[in-house]
Amino acid sequence: MAKELLEGNVAFAEAAVRFGLRAYFGYPITPQSEALEHLSKRMIEEGRVFLQAESELAAINMVYGAACTGVRVMTSTSGPGFSLMEEGFSYIAGSEVPAVIVNMMRGGPGLGNIQPSQGDYFLMTKSAGHGDFHPIVLAPASIQELIDMVGLAFELAEKYRTLVFIAGDGSLGQMMESAELPPMQDLPKERPAWAITGAKGRESKFITSLYLGAENLEAVNLRLQAKLAEIRENEIRWQEYETEDAELLLIAYGIVGRICISALREARNAGLKVGLLRPQTLWPLAEERMAELARQVRGILVAEMSAGQLLEDVQRAVAAKTSVHFYGRLGGVVPMADEIVDKLRELDEETH
Amino acid sequence: MIVRQEKVIFSGFGGQGALFAGQLLAYAGIAEDLYVTWIPSYGPEMRGGTANCTVIVSEEEIGAPIIRNPSAAVVLNLPSMEKYEPLIKPGGLLIVNASLVPMRSERDDIRVVYARATDIATEMGNARMANLVLLGALVQRTGIVPLETVMIELDKHISDRHRRWLEPNKEALRKGTELAAAQ
Repeated sequence: MAKELLEGNVAFAEAAVRFGLRAYFGYPITPQSEALEHLSKRMIEEGRVFLQAESELAAINMVYGAACTGVRVMTSTSGPGFSLMEEGFSYIAGSEVPAVIVNMMRGGPGLGNIQPSQGDYFLMTKSAGHGDFHPIVLAPASIQELIDMVGLAFELAEKYRTLVFIAGDGSLGQMMESAELPPMQDLPKERPAWAITGAKGRESKFITSLYLGAENLEAVNLRLQAKLAEIRENEIRWQEYETEDAELLLIAYGIVGRICISALREARNAGLKVGLLRPQTLWPLAEERMAELARQVRGILVAEMSAGQLLEDVQRAVAAKTSVHFYGRLGGVVPMADEIVDKLRELDEETH
Repeated sequence: MIVRQEKVIFSGFGGQGALFAGQLLAYAGIAEDLYVTWIPSYGPEMRGGTANCTVIVSEEEIGAPIIRNPSAAVVLNLPSMEKYEPLIKPGGLLIVNASLVPMRSERDDIRVVYARATDIATEMGNARMANLVLLGALVQRTGIVPLETVMIELDKHISDRHRRWLEPNKEALRKGTELAAAQ
């Protein structure tokens, strides 16, 4: 298929349809409402389920229900709606059913604004709900990567029976870029063995997150933890740019990750040996690789559209092996490449 | 190595077609097999205020889609002129809708084209074609994509509601290139 000019929100919605999305439940919120608009047409055309719920709380519980039947199901939202869904995330995690959630982050806290932000990093990677669990968190930096990650999200969600978040931001949702959609896939003919499909002619199955006995629930938790360890072992993804001879290292994800590509080019032109590590999964995170690179470089600069959330994980990962600087913009302000280059110059001088 | 690349900001009042002119350049970029990003300002200022978009067309994979200093700016009204004229990179290009911008650039390190685009478009029957007069001038001066490609993409992406304006729009593009070539 040829490349087309695609808007982020439309691209992930259409990609989901082509990757076999069977049901979508959601509630509109800027800056991702175009996804609902697109799906409200496309899902009906394909004879599938599209439902605009009465709230995000209702939408996530519909996702939970549909997920129990073993079909590909998704919702999408932005910060305020994401907060409302937390209860559902925890039940989905506790019940070990696969579901995909797209969060096009916007400025917070509270109602904040509709501009791009990365302020939900902690929420997505560490505190998506009560209890001990981590969703897999994917962080696309381009429309093509966003499209590809929708397919990956469904695969990982099913492979591990887990929640998968796609962490975008308002700018990724609103921008248009040349990208290629996947071909239309057939819906799978069979459901997974664990799915609730009606008990006629067979023993009933049971999906729950309620285990009243402490030992029972501990056993469930230990199984969950073993699964998370397996995910940590197998699913860490990142991209590196010019790290071979790097003396200074940028670490950034999503749209800031690609702004750092521009900063890197500019800094290299000015004679600074800069590399970039761009995490493609935020949980699990490429901590070992960060620690390795920390031994190679003089200093690290973490750039984010937050007050320093990824920063805390980087500091933990590199454990004071090198100096870690930070550049963050808040409230929907997008950091510019030249600002990042200025910070790299400071880092260069201080570590020389 | 010189990379074939332009980073262009299109800016005007809502309804002047800044966003569409930018999209048309983006479509033409894809048709020419170049990397393309298009990003609008989507804040609350869109309602009745200025609307702008940033388009990057490049041979090289695009890093930041959001930039501070464009290589070219197309300004359809006075607030856009005041905002973006100082930000253009040295050696860059400014395309001014002289019908609505009653001032001249004082910079001596950029190239400037003044086009009375709204007047020209009005004479052609619809003031709203000013955006394409200016796009024509941009294409002529930068050479980032051939005018012919822009015409083909216009044909593909003009809405049914506006299809009767296809030929006049093409003419507006042509007028813009002629005007830029003559300045």
